[in-house]
Amino acid sequence: MLKKNKDYRVMKKIGLIINPIAGMGGSVGLKGTDGLAHEALRLGSIPKALDKAKVFIEKISGLENLVEIVTCSGDMGENALKKYNFNARIIYFPRSENTTSSDTVEAARIMKNEDVDLLVFTGGDGTAKNIYEGAGESTTAIGIPAGVKIHSSVFAKTPGRAGELAKLFIEGKTTLTKEAEVLDIDECEYRKGNVNTRLFGYLTVPVERKFMQNKKAPSLKSEKSQQYEIANEVIRDMLEDEYYIIGPGSTTRAIMEILGLKNTLIGVDLIYNKKLIENDLSENQILKYISSSPAKIIITPTGGQGYLLGRGNQQISDKVVKTVGKDNIIIIATKDKIANLKGEPLLLDTGSNETDEMLKGYAKIITGFRETVIYKINS
Amino acid sequence: MKKIDRSCKVRKNFHQAKWDEAIIFELSQKGERGILVPKAETKISEKVGDGISKLPKNMKRKTVLNLPEMSQNRVLRHYTRLSQETLGADVNVEIGQGTCTVKYSPKINDQLSRIPKMAELHPLQDESTVQGILQIMYETDLYLREVSGMDRITFQPGGGSQGVFTMASLVYAYYKEKGEENQRNEIITTIYSHPSDAAAPHVKGYKIVYIHPDENGYPDFEAFKAAVSDKTAAFFVANPEDTGVYNKNILKFTKLVHEHGGLCGYDQANANGLLGVTRAKEAGFDMCFFNLHKTFSTPHGCGGPAVGATGVLKHIEKYLPAPLVDYDGEKYYLNYEITNNPYSVGKIRSFNGVAQVVLKAYAWIRSLGPEGLYQVAKTAVLNNNYLFKKLMELPYVDAPYIKGKQRVEQVRYTLEKLYNETGVSTADVQRRMMDFGMHYWQSHHPYYIPEPMTLEPTETPSKADLDEYIETLKFIFNEAYTNPEIVKTAPHQSVCHYIDESGMDDPEKWAVTWRSYQKKFK
Amino acid sequence: MTIRGFKNHPYIPNSVPEIEDEMLKEIGLNSIEELHEDVPDEIKLKENLNFPEALGSEYELKRHIEGILNKNKNCLENLNFLGAGCWQHYVPAICDEINGRGEFLTAYGGEPYNDFGRFQALFEYQSLVAELVDMEVVNVPTMDWTQAAATAISMASRVVGKKQVLVPRLMDREKLMAIKNYCEPVLEIVEVDYDKKTGCMCMDDLKKKISDKTAAVYFENPSYLGFIEVNGHKISDIAHELGALSVVGVDPISLGVIAPPPSYGANIVCGDLQPLGVHMNYGGGQSGFMATMDEEKYVMEFPSRLFGIASTNVEGEYGFGDVAYDRTSFGNYRENGKEYVGTQSALWGITAGVYLATMGPKGMEEVGQTIMQKSQYAVRRLNELDNINGSYFDSVFFKEFVVDFSKTGKSVKEVNKALLEKGIFGGKDLSEDFPELGQCALYCVTEVHTKTDIDKLITALEEIVL
Repeated sequence: MLKKNKDYRVMKKIGLIINPIAGMGGSVGLKGTDGLAHEALRLGSIPKALDKAKVFIEKISGLENLVEIVTCSGDMGENALKKYNFNARIIYFPRSENTTSSDTVEAARIMKNEDVDLLVFTGGDGTAKNIYEGAGESTTAIGIPAGVKIHSSVFAKTPGRAGELAKLFIEGKTTLTKEAEVLDIDECEYRKGNVNTRLFGYLTVPVERKFMQNKKAPSLKSEKSQQYEIANEVIRDMLEDEYYIIGPGSTTRAIMEILGLKNTLIGVDLIYNKKLIENDLSENQILKYISSSPAKIIITPTGGQGYLLGRGNQQISDKVVKTVGKDNIIIIATKDKIANLKGEPLLLDTGSNETDEMLKGYAKIITGFRETVIYKINS
Repeated sequence: MKKIDRSCKVRKNFHQAKWDEAIIFELSQKGERGILVPKAETKISEKVGDGISKLPKNMKRKTVLNLPEMSQNRVLRHYTRLSQETLGADVNVEIGQGTCTVKYSPKINDQLSRIPKMAELHPLQDESTVQGILQIMYETDLYLREVSGMDRITFQPGGGSQGVFTMASLVYAYYKEKGEENQRNEIITTIYSHPSDAAAPHVKGYKIVYIHPDENGYPDFEAFKAAVSDKTAAFFVANPEDTGVYNKNILKFTKLVHEHGGLCGYDQANANGLLGVTRAKEAGFDMCFFNLHKTFSTPHGCGGPAVGATGVLKHIEKYLPAPLVDYDGEKYYLNYEITNNPYSVGKIRSFNGVAQVVLKAYAWIRSLGPEGLYQVAKTAVLNNNYLFKKLMELPYVDAPYIKGKQRVEQVRYTLEKLYNETGVSTADVQRRMMDFGMHYWQSHHPYYIPEPMTLEPTETPSKADLDEYIETLKFIFNEAYTNPEIVKTAPHQSVCHYIDESGMDDPEKWAVTWRSYQKKFK
Repeated sequence: MTIRGFKNHPYIPNSVPEIEDEMLKEIGLNSIEELHEDVPDEIKLKENLNFPEALGSEYELKRHIEGILNKNKNCLENLNFLGAGCWQHYVPAICDEINGRGEFLTAYGGEPYNDFGRFQALFEYQSLVAELVDMEVVNVPTMDWTQAAATAISMASRVVGKKQVLVPRLMDREKLMAIKNYCEPVLEIVEVDYDKKTGCMCMDDLKKKISDKTAAVYFENPSYLGFIEVNGHKISDIAHELGALSVVGVDPISLGVIAPPPSYGANIVCGDLQPLGVHMNYGGGQSGFMATMDEEKYVMEFPSRLFGIASTNVEGEYGFGDVAYDRTSFGNYRENGKEYVGTQSALWGITAGVYLATMGPKGMEEVGQTIMQKSQYAVRRLNELDNINGSYFDSVFFKEFVVDFSKTGKSVKEVNKALLEKGIFGGKDLSEDFPELGQCALYCVTEVHTKTDIDKLITALEEIVL
């Protein structure tokens, strides 16, 4: 039941993908490099992704006997491995020296087909998104941070830490994994000063079993188990003949999984009497359904910043919220997620001051089996 | 030979006892005996035979027990070695066991608890034969009433968490009599109270509502107002909480709960800094519990036996578990009358609780008296604030909430800055402390305060002990910047090295017993 | 009157006024009264607590407490036949020696590095008890058998996802009361009647009461009243047929001669460690354990800590850790009211380990046999007395048995009072808990009783009832 590595293979197959242009936009003030690599180079930016990958590789050097590396040619991987004695195989050749996001997607797809134990990639949020597109959420991955935007929790804090975690993983010292969010913001909007984060999906990342856990009292349950507990709480109290608007995220997804319904992880789904009505609805589609029938919204805040509305769930617009009514919003979150807010309130950005004002104050968040937290919401 | 320099306060040459001892099954040698057992006299066996033939066939043990066969001295040596590999409070300076109140446990108290007049008492003996222990229990009840302001104490709960469970049971019984047990199904607590304040009521079927702190670290009163309703059965809270912050508005909280018809239960796990200073009653609580093994020093015994002495005001008394100990002016007796009603919680633990622990608490109280208890609280708080001040002077240590103000008994620090700058985590520092014969505890989960370190010096350490502890922490913080690897790979001077815990979560690898281990790792 | 501290107290190093002043100065205060700034004045005490002043010295304390304790009359000075959940067995000196070690006595929240010995000793205790009960997983001890039984029942309920538990009518009423309080309002406890002749669980009543709603059947072996539950296998089979678990409570000292519960179908075993090297302590020696096979569905339901063995990064070195620490209840998310752990009775676990290692296989077998012989002898002798029935039930028993005084014309209370005058603690009076048995008492005979002791009881009873 605890997720395990594939059959405890002694030799681990590691995939390595470097996005060589990641992070170049930052130093020249471009707020990301998506579609602007040439512009960045022209402005004098120096690629750093390769160096960051080397820091990582240095950390796992010494484990040559335990690792087979599959990677891409040139700056997308091969060049970082020079001077090391890893058993490395090149399985992807980019079409041009000027690599693009589609190269990352394609390489990730091939890695997945190669059944790698761990996919290590260097880049930023955009790269993570491409990895997710290519490899899907079941692939175990670690991100080496090298991009301008690092919002996704698939990234280790530093390249060195990514190396340490990979080392534990390779040596079989950690077998636990969790799902981590792949977030990205719309760079066009971001350059204009608007932050519009989207949840693109999840990747599976290894978790270091925290040594020295101070076991004087029971610890929290695993994240997955907490999500299921929460979902059961919500389902138990579900009313008949009401629409339930299920917001994006893995916490809300658990509800759909328990009910055995197809769901869109990053979209909004609608259910009625525990049956699926429609997946991935737009604002207007939601409004159409709920205009004449009672409805409830089930949402979970985004990890990190704690946005309840307006980040990644814009389909649940202020109009939807107003129609449904304040009292019909069910907020759910794991305790870990709340702990990660470090006491900061939950945030709202529905685009309507009136709606934000209406929702602010203290709200009940369902955090587990017969368990709630009273938490502050700011507009 | 030269003069030895001991000016450094850090024990750089420490090494904990390490015996590299085998698992006891590996020490077995066929035929050895550890002890001889009294045999039935010949006349008995002549009369009844071998005794075991009478057992029905299906109830007879058929296989030989796989226990080790060892001569007595080898068993003794094995366990004495294991004891030496354990860093109890008798051997190290226990400043770091935040929330646990590990203090000096006087040797005389333990000796007294072991004399046959205590140890060889059966709990069902006639009252006339146990007047001594009943007197001890009765008087300890009186003292704890005075310490808490409550009207009656039960010693049945076998620990703090069972104390919370007893409070939850009392709350349930109270509303059951009123017919409100289904309506009042919520217990409010705070995130910095002990997790048992939520987990134990859970067992009793309660819903838990958590309150977060405000920006000063006091439980957020606005959130609390949003939480209290006619569904509220009770408010269970520690004060000070595990951050060492004392909720100065506690009366407002308890009053609000009472206005809504709820009850208030005080988790006094952190009572050590409040003895003789303030009481549960004055703060508006209907019930409370003390951990005798913590606050009253009885000691912890690797995790019990212990007592979670639970006190209540008069209106809760009749729901207590039976029996209570009373005195009729001539003799002490077990009183079943007070709680003889259908709503009493009946029984929490076998017999009358852990009597020898009550005895040790009694001895501790009598050795200190009212002035001593007050001094305990004051010195514990003084020690804590001294340590607090000294540690906050270090750039890599911080403690969220009420900047510049005092804490009570403990402080939850954060080493986040150290971690961000060096990659050395609180877990690494914690392990490294063991290389100097010390240790600390981080925090309960989840970590609301990142990279936590919870220190509670109590009244036990001397100033020199505190200074040594501070110097040792400083030494390690410095290492984090200059030689982080030595911290991350610690301990080096403790009993064993970095443990590979990867099998602990894996059903195919974990082994809780030697036989499981043999089976899985052939 | 004002409030005062106690300077230079031997337990409080920094109560020395000069040091106190120095430290106060360091934190910018003038007196200890300025501490506790956040405690509002209105709830601050203005006077010292009102109870007796401290005794003048450690010597006076010792004299004082010994004086009080001397009012007790214990089971060494008297002849004791009380059992009923707390039993007088011989405690090998080595058990006291080890649990008196200051390192164990004062350890608590350390890690497997600095508290290595504590982890190993408790791992070994788990392993030794596992051999005794023939299971693979044993927990770090809980409060007592009562708690262990309540928890075992709750575990069973979570494993199978049902809410009703069957228990024998002839069980310790106080234990049942505590279990009910623990389980209420989540679980329903139903009592199953007993066979009037044997005391064993009535199979017909069991079949009548068990259903597909039943989570577990709990029974004890030896039972509370001492007899062996010979139908163990049948009970387990009936439970299993309906998807319920068989939960069995045992007296571990019997297992050198009596079959371990898994051999008759037990899924969860629980019991008390007190017989294994712990003094009675007026009931403070109780310590509970649970045991199961090493299957994930059971392991995940233990609320207690489970210490596991591990390797370290040094070849040949043992290490320890907490197994499945982030324990979750995968099988049954909906109903998993989480149980709590905390300080329970670990020191008695270590002691039980020392006891089992000292006794070894031979010792456990011998002690079981001795107990059976001596208790059978006692019943034989009792039966020789007119009007006394040495064993109310005609089942085989282990160390306890129900003595029937109904025909003597005297109540158990009267008999016990007379026995007490002769320095004998008679068996537990059952007339209130089980009025249908008449004037019966539960007697306990163990390896500590000699033939002379038993004969003394017989002579005394002879004098009392004739």
